[in-house]
Amino acid sequence: MLTTEEKYQIDHEISLVPTPKNACIEALKIVQHSHGWVSDESLKDVADYVGMSTAELDSVATFYNLIFRRPVGRHVILLCDSISCYVMGYEDIRNKLFEKLSIKYGQTTADGRFTLLPNCCLGTCDCAPALMIDNDLYRNLTVEQLDEILMKYT
Amino acid sequence: MEKPLTQHIVPGRKPLNLQEYEKVGGYQSVRKVLKEMTPQEVQTLVKDSNLRGRGGAGFNTGLKWSFVPMGDDAATPKYLVANADEMEPGTFKDRVLLEGNPHQLIEGMIVSAYAIQASISYVFMRWAYKLAAKEITQAIHEAYDAGYLGKNILGSGFDLEMHLHTGVGRYMCGEETALLNALEGKRANPRAKPPFPQVSGLFGKPTIVNNVETLCNIPHIINKGAEWFKKLGLTEDAGTKLYGVSGRVKTPGCWELPMGTTIRELLEVHAGGMQDGYLFKGLLPGGASTDFLVEEHLDLPMDYPSIQNAGSRMGTGTMIILDDQTCPVGFVHNLQHFFAQESCGFCTPCREGLPWVEKILLALDRGEGKPEHLLTLDFHTKYLGPGNTFCALAPGAMEPLQSALKYFREDFERHIHEHHCPWSKTTAWQPST
Repeated sequence: MLTTEEKYQIDHEISLVPTPKNACIEALKIVQHSHGWVSDESLKDVADYVGMSTAELDSVATFYNLIFRRPVGRHVILLCDSISCYVMGYEDIRNKLFEKLSIKYGQTTADGRFTLLPNCCLGTCDCAPALMIDNDLYRNLTVEQLDEILMKYT
Repeated sequence: MEKPLTQHIVPGRKPLNLQEYEKVGGYQSVRKVLKEMTPQEVQTLVKDSNLRGRGGAGFNTGLKWSFVPMGDDAATPKYLVANADEMEPGTFKDRVLLEGNPHQLIEGMIVSAYAIQASISYVFMRWAYKLAAKEITQAIHEAYDAGYLGKNILGSGFDLEMHLHTGVGRYMCGEETALLNALEGKRANPRAKPPFPQVSGLFGKPTIVNNVETLCNIPHIINKGAEWFKKLGLTEDAGTKLYGVSGRVKTPGCWELPMGTTIRELLEVHAGGMQDGYLFKGLLPGGASTDFLVEEHLDLPMDYPSIQNAGSRMGTGTMIILDDQTCPVGFVHNLQHFFAQESCGFCTPCREGLPWVEKILLALDRGEGKPEHLLTLDFHTKYLGPGNTFCALAPGAMEPLQSALKYFREDFERHIHEHHCPWSKTTAWQPST
């Protein structure tokens, strides 16, 4: 069930576009913001609300890599794996994260704290390698900094 | 040296708020066009300035605008979209403008919207630009409060709404027709052209999509004129350009310099030359989807025709340096993984061809390459090239591959003959593990 607050926010997005369907990505973002991800149930709720079939909405949802159709941890780590970070040695950062968190890409730590995902270019190539955790950007990374960075997130 | 785009940007300092921006001459171009110029005059002035699209294509901006239907018979509402979906790997220039001076973009958008008589505008920004989104949101609020946005702007009778739309990923969204689909709440597949967005774009209405850096140039062209703008460039291309350099250089960064500054000056003066212990081997001049240039090209001016004549494209103007200690095959493998992943899957050559290319490069990288693999790669550079795919993604992907096969073929062959990657630093790059 969509909450009153979610419906209120989705209604606002619908008011800005010609038909409710046009607001479906915004609606998915709103639901993801409150739940952390978009479950099958949430997907159906949104589809019903904006007048789409679940199949049609899922074809949109799964197109975009930052709409999460599987549960994620409390914090999502997006590690840039694009070309400037490659040249500057992001693989050392990646391997250290695999080791420290005991997970691979696409997995969530056993305590539900972190999900680790690769991400294409974060647009901060003069400060490579880089990663984002939730809304925070970290640049000019070295493996030595990782402990301190990860400690900020509980 | 004049730096109109970045003159009020101080790294690490909060951008100017509306009052501060007005004090240094901000929003004068809005006043000027609303009071003194017809939309047609604005279009002509921008066309005459020879401003070319800074997103990579380099099309004359005023000419692009001139394809929008004008007059009472034109469909409404018309839309203007700022493409702030900066996702070309190696590109970080629009971030500087968005974070550093949001009002400059808004001013450019108001004037541009007036030129095509658009009444609704969007800033389409990539998800990752959190600080930029915060600054643009704040600046849009201030502009509404001051009467630069909304109904009857400055009593002129011109209306303009502006919205920030943040994306949810995917490189495809940077392609203008795919961006419009994303804004409409659809999968970001590109659209067939024609009809061009100028005639039938967002929600089927006339729409212009311009890059952030392009739009930021507009206020200065209005204030100082087409001749002034042309003289900023060192070559036949007009204006200044935000150039960037990343990779193993001493001082990577982004700088506003006259259009036509040489690659050597960018590399050796502004980026400080190669880091100690690293030698220059090649570069991509303007992002992941541009052809390699090598030592012999270093004295070329970075402008559209010079780089095109050398067989590449200036693209976004942000260069990525390949050094002697990075495996060229690994480098290209990284790029092709990106393109294969970001293919929207709509057309077969791109959807099937790019993963095939990626698999071959992985085999080469692992020392499992065979001589016939190079022929298969050559084949792909032709059949995924321009004219064979629905949009420019796969042809763009083939640019660094075809030029790597040309300039670094020996390195590809060594992987095959030596049965391993000769670069000790780079063991096989395995994106999925």
